Amino acid sequence: MARATTTREFMLGEGAGTGAGSQNIHVGVGPAHPAMHGIIRIQAELDGEVIVKADVEIGYLHRAFEKDCEVGGWNNAIPYTDRLNYVSPLINNFGYASAVEKLLGIDITERCKYIRVITSEISRICDHLTCIGASAMELGAFTVFLYMIKAREFLWELVEDVTGARLTISYGRVGGVKADLPPDFGDKMRAAFKQVREVLDEVHRLLTGNRIFMDRMVGVGVLSREETIAYAITGPLLRAVGVPYDVRRAQPYYVYDRLDWEVPTQTAGDNFARYLVRMAEMEQSMRIAEQALDQIPGGPINVDHQGCPIDPATYVDQGKQGKTEGLLLVPITLSPNLQGSERHAHQRVNAADKRVVLPPKETTYGSIEGLMNHFMLIMEGYGIRPPAGEAYFAVEGANGELGFYVVSDGTDRPYRVRCRPPCLPPMAALHRMIEGEMVADLVPTFGSVNMIGGELDR
Amino acid sequence: MEGGAILAELQARFGAAVVETHGHRGDHTAVVTREALIEVLGHCRDDARLAFDVLMDLTAVDVSRLPGREDGPRFEVVYHLASLRHNHRLRLKVRVSEDHPVVPTAVPLWPIADWLEREVWDMFGVRFEGHPDLRRLLLYEEFVGHPLRKDYPVNRRQPLIGPRI
Amino acid sequence: MGVGSFFTSKLDEAIGWARKYSIFQYPFVTACCGMEYMATACSHYDIDRFGAGLPRFSPRQADVLFVVGTISHKMAPVLKRVYDQMTEPKWVVAFGVCTCTGGFYDNYATVQGIDTIIPVDVYIPGCPPRPESVIDGLMKLQEKIAAGAQRF
Repeated sequence: MARATTTREFMLGEGAGTGAGSQNIHVGVGPAHPAMHGIIRIQAELDGEVIVKADVEIGYLHRAFEKDCEVGGWNNAIPYTDRLNYVSPLINNFGYASAVEKLLGIDITERCKYIRVITSEISRICDHLTCIGASAMELGAFTVFLYMIKAREFLWELVEDVTGARLTISYGRVGGVKADLPPDFGDKMRAAFKQVREVLDEVHRLLTGNRIFMDRMVGVGVLSREETIAYAITGPLLRAVGVPYDVRRAQPYYVYDRLDWEVPTQTAGDNFARYLVRMAEMEQSMRIAEQALDQIPGGPINVDHQGCPIDPATYVDQGKQGKTEGLLLVPITLSPNLQGSERHAHQRVNAADKRVVLPPKETTYGSIEGLMNHFMLIMEGYGIRPPAGEAYFAVEGANGELGFYVVSDGTDRPYRVRCRPPCLPPMAALHRMIEGEMVADLVPTFGSVNMIGGELDR
Repeated sequence: MEGGAILAELQARFGAAVVETHGHRGDHTAVVTREALIEVLGHCRDDARLAFDVLMDLTAVDVSRLPGREDGPRFEVVYHLASLRHNHRLRLKVRVSEDHPVVPTAVPLWPIADWLEREVWDMFGVRFEGHPDLRRLLLYEEFVGHPLRKDYPVNRRQPLIGPRI
Repeated sequence: MGVGSFFTSKLDEAIGWARKYSIFQYPFVTACCGMEYMATACSHYDIDRFGAGLPRFSPRQADVLFVVGTISHKMAPVLKRVYDQMTEPKWVVAFGVCTCTGGFYDNYATVQGIDTIIPVDVYIPGCPPRPESVIDGLMKLQEKIAAGAQRF
């Protein structure tokens, strides 16, 4: 508080802001405001340039995620989870899928765990790049924004290679992932990381130590360690006050405990500390992804066909004619859209549980059992049916602990899906960060909490 | 502490106020009575061996269509606690009926409960006694009803402007 | 055709040509589509090539309203207000399927297409649309602007 008083007195003379407040003016910022990369409304009460009191209103992007999940089957919620934190959708996918897997009590394959780790970390880098780029742009550093988006574009091309989409990827499945990694993924990832590292290096030289940037960030938006914890803030904001809490380290899931990485922390708790934590985390994420790629079992996909591949129509025709001998073993050529879901790849990345995972397409088209299995999982009233009960599973999202609390009544539809949004607590505490600061400090502080509308309002 | 030991500790200390416990899928859960809720939450936060310093999540479930639960209390308010110091977790639940959907507020214990309780009020219509400012959080004041209740149709829209479609 | 109408139609063409390459858009960014909007606006896809490189964050200075992302019922009055504040001539682009029809958010919170609130000139479907389709939509808008230059 000592620093805030200094600012106020600097602007308005000694003792300013201690009166009855009759001179205070009220300013509404948002919901459509240029310097806010999200739609919230801040009703600020100002004493000169200093924010005395702020009331934050959210909900402008409420699109009924939790209600929509109750409408479809368990896998139908996956596309909705993409759009929670739309900057790092892969982490959301896997968080939800893992919560349902916990409820079902099934384990996923080793290769799938590694794939989830690698793609999650790529997603996390995209999120941090966007966060830093956008908040630097709001401070006038448009170059940084262009560089960061350039780097993100390289990663998105990588994501597109794996998932088929750039942004809303719907790649996770209960019990596995949609498809295996493409054959040349490793090389592409290393090439993309090289580019990202160059960009990060450039941005470090542009921002870290830059006088203008430092003046706007150092000592601004401070939240004490005690308040950060009391407001249940996790992720980079918690690590910026010196608490090395990271779900990946505290309750390791997938294969994070087998990899060598660090939890970067800072102690100042201001915007600059958050920036440094995010910059360091991107490097750690790349380390994790690279190690995971080295360790991933199953190796690159070997197309080791016994006999000639045949097209699906011939395959079905032969089946109809009763020529079924050895048919199940013959690989068929699949549409390029299904790349990575061939039988050998499918088995590597999906749990061997017929109650949960759709069979590979060759089996669906080539055998009556496969077809029935497929129908049983798709038909209404059948599908994935976790036993009645409840489960909470947390992953480390880009903004902190991303938890999914799922309740099942034993049917094929979720009874209740609750997302614990990592950016809601910082927004609840935003008024504590900006009260006593100047209006202009609102912009970097709001940038540093990295509010993502889809996740905040759900 | 191990989850089972936490539950045993709570049962030993609060006796009949702990109605039910389970450890399904490793998530240790205690259902407590409404009267004892604040005392239990306070103990969980302040006891040195428990030290649940973070209220990770606060939400509710409308159990009116859960098989076997149709006739009981309609709402379950769910608290997910976590301890940064000891790295353990606990889920607490309290059941409230539709006729009197009121739970004592946890705002004095954790300030984050402010927004989370507002959200539960918004979505389920469960009130929190003693809450400083119980407004809707996500929806607008003109909205009638509480959408996450099971009897609210998913596409009943209440537009502020424009046609009702 | 008289000499007068010959000159007005040539003048129309000239104004249309000038207008279509000086689009000042107001990005009304709410949700996921904003990420693709960012990607389109930045170096890789570079909408500056189409004369639309400079967003204006004041509705008074903008002539194309890009509605980017889901519009909830809570946000709808704000969108209408922003649209009303823009000066003529003005155009509206519905960016992404949520703004076109509501998309897969058929629920209590979401507006089922912004054309129930404000008139729309170009629809760009996709969830979110790829930058290529955004640029395609932008070019369609340019054609429309060039063809309809009488409005001034």
